Amino acid sequence: MSASAPEVELLWWAGCPSWQQALAELRAALADTGLDPESVVVREVGGDEDAQRERFVGSPTIRVAGADVQPPGPEEPVSLTCRIYHLRDGRVSPTPDPADVRDALRAAAPDKEPT
Amino acid sequence: MSTVPPAIGDPAPGFDLPATDGETHALGEEAATVIVFTCNHCPYALAWHDRLLAAAEDYADRGVRFLAINSNDAERYPADSYEAMKERVAADGGWPMPYLHDANQDVARAYGAQTTPDVFVLDGDDTLRYRGAADGDHSDPSANAAWLRAALDALLEGREVETSETEPVGCSIKWRP
Repeated sequence: MSASAPEVELLWWAGCPSWQQALAELRAALADTGLDPESVVVREVGGDEDAQRERFVGSPTIRVAGADVQPPGPEEPVSLTCRIYHLRDGRVSPTPDPADVRDALRAAAPDKEPT
Repeated sequence: MSTVPPAIGDPAPGFDLPATDGETHALGEEAATVIVFTCNHCPYALAWHDRLLAAAEDYADRGVRFLAINSNDAERYPADSYEAMKERVAADGGWPMPYLHDANQDVARAYGAQTTPDVFVLDGDDTLRYRGAADGDHSDPSANAAWLRAALDALLEGREVETSETEPVGCSIKWRP
């Protein structure tokens, strides 16, 4: 992997159906920011041990260069659950705002040209 | 309580459950009853919540009773504890429907509830007439619980419910181990 291509991970849990939408939106954001949409590392969090190891606070979780695109608060418990996101217009959502995802990608790969 | 969940046209299982209002609630004599399996921490349940409350208010004077039921395992998910349920309703200044606690999950199992939310509509004889999502898009408030409202309108007007079953969409119910 080149220095300008951050590792992008999507962690998901089967009890929450939103991860496929999140993956599609993540791939679109990668393409928008000049990164490879197929470079996403997609990993299932299958149980409590996985969740503890990953510090997983809910599905889906998207990390860019190891940083959560919407970092959870310090009190957020590790849990096999669906994550609650808030879109920029204030609506509750099971997926992060695509604009937040794009911002995280651009911050991690500032030399990439948007497409 | 039956272990076979009702299909459309079957009698709905009865229950007696405590609610955050301190009362115990059961099926009654209303023209229609809407049962919503929901919870405190699911983004889908939260996204649909205001639409469901609005429907409860809009249909209250037409003899429709709404009951919200939380069946999630509160030991593993403390955000769904009875105390947390009470705190949520109090913080909202009250809801137009009671919020029932299904601690042993018998009611969710009896109905075959799968997700939060999962909506069941019963007619005046407590026969199941609709089951599924409130509308087709959790992300669009203007969808306005249209599928639920269509089912209620049909029942109240003595018509068959045109679409009696849709796929419930939401977080899985958190079953006890």
